[in-house]
Amino acid sequence: MAEEIKVTCLHDKHVAQGALMTPFAGFDMPIQYCDITTEHNAVRHNVGVFDVSHMGEVHITGAEAEKFVNYIFTNDIAGAPVGKVFYGMMLYPDGGTVDDLLVYKMGENDLFLVINAANIDKDVAWIKEQAQQFNVNVDNQSDHYAQLAIQGPAGEKTMKDVFGIDCSDLTFYTFKLVNYDGEEIIVSRTGYTGEDGFEVYATPAIIVKMWDMLMAAGVQPCGLGCRDTLRFEAGLPLYGDELTAEISPIMATLGMFCKLDKEGGFIGRDACAQQKAEGSAKKLVGLELKDKAIPRHGYEVLDGENVVGYITTGYRGISVDKSLAFALVDRAVGALGNELSVRIRKKVFPATVVKKRFYTPNYKK
Amino acid sequence: MSKIIEGLCYSESHEYVKVEGEFGYIGITDYAQHELGNVVYVDMPEVDDEVTAGEEFGAVESVKAASDLVSPVSGTVVEVNEALEDEPGLINKDAFENWIIKVQLSDKSELEGLMDAAAYKAMIGE
Repeated sequence: MAEEIKVTCLHDKHVAQGALMTPFAGFDMPIQYCDITTEHNAVRHNVGVFDVSHMGEVHITGAEAEKFVNYIFTNDIAGAPVGKVFYGMMLYPDGGTVDDLLVYKMGENDLFLVINAANIDKDVAWIKEQAQQFNVNVDNQSDHYAQLAIQGPAGEKTMKDVFGIDCSDLTFYTFKLVNYDGEEIIVSRTGYTGEDGFEVYATPAIIVKMWDMLMAAGVQPCGLGCRDTLRFEAGLPLYGDELTAEISPIMATLGMFCKLDKEGGFIGRDACAQQKAEGSAKKLVGLELKDKAIPRHGYEVLDGENVVGYITTGYRGISVDKSLAFALVDRAVGALGNELSVRIRKKVFPATVVKKRFYTPNYKK
Repeated sequence: MSKIIEGLCYSESHEYVKVEGEFGYIGITDYAQHELGNVVYVDMPEVDDEVTAGEEFGAVESVKAASDLVSPVSGTVVEVNEALEDEPGLINKDAFENWIIKVQLSDKSELEGLMDAAAYKAMIGE
């Protein structure tokens, strides 16, 4: 039986604005409004807004909330100040990734988790299963919250000019609660574009109103198409491509978000420690082609005649005018500067292993 | 409303052939370039390569995706449009002016299996 496709509270607006719509993670989502390059450049050089209401939100409270979240989450939230946001993963015991997520510290033993839309059902089931041994309450609030991402160097000015919300006090990866239009909304200095920017969580009624105000102010609406090109250039992973049940954060070279030595450990900790000590068999690398041919997801990576891995994401960069890719390859061939090749249809093109961060992010630290 | 030119032959996969004597200029239609969006790369064969009717001979790529090029006719590539190497977006500016390959046709009877402008127009529903 086909599952009914879900829509966000802004769906009618996207359709009315003529956006190209496509199913993504169970939602009918906008891919682009005009074209990916224009939307991408609006975020890099000015400001753009994304409807990311499909993202999931899970609220965890109770006497052992912090202890519990720290046990299922790779980063370390112990003793963090209220208002801090953390990036990290939830792992299976073998180190494979359940999901990557953000954790907002709302208060003592009060944590707000933001998870990928495609993984909401899986994540909530996983969290509830692990929660049985803890004194916590797990509340899936994904249907309660809608979300906007206002991204780009003019993000702070846009928040002030359009909504009257002063965000100058927020540093990267912090948030605050703001009383807006009679509702307490969450505003964080976070994003998925490699630019400065903000994410706003509120009820659908507020989010629709905010969207209309942004459109009236002439802010560029941006689709998932440029969300992917932006995050890719900035070296950020996408669950399903660079992180999966088979790809651990160690393999994805995201070990800095796995606090192996934190008190109490975390699910998947021992597998990560072993992979780190012994070197995982596979490793995620950046690849740069000299040719203009574009490596796409699933294409083979070769070392001479041997297949040594595959492309996880690839594009002709927009801010970086090169053909670039992330690839999961055998660790032995993954050293920076190593010369490999990529099979693109009938031809084979040389590719050099480079750093995954193709574009230097402009975060406000 | 897409541009369609009278006198060309059209395939179901949105390529066109403009016939001049023994030669055919092959490209993608205006409808196809519009559906594809900004073209960022054109994967072309080399001169002297053989192409076969109904078979892939390259690809046109937008930011988001690669779309195979299927040859409407068989023959030998005598020229590739090198301007597309530096400026693939020319296809978006004028898909009919900016053909992709020039082929020496090996079997002109293949042209009879292609659509004329009116039939292609009906197929894309315009």
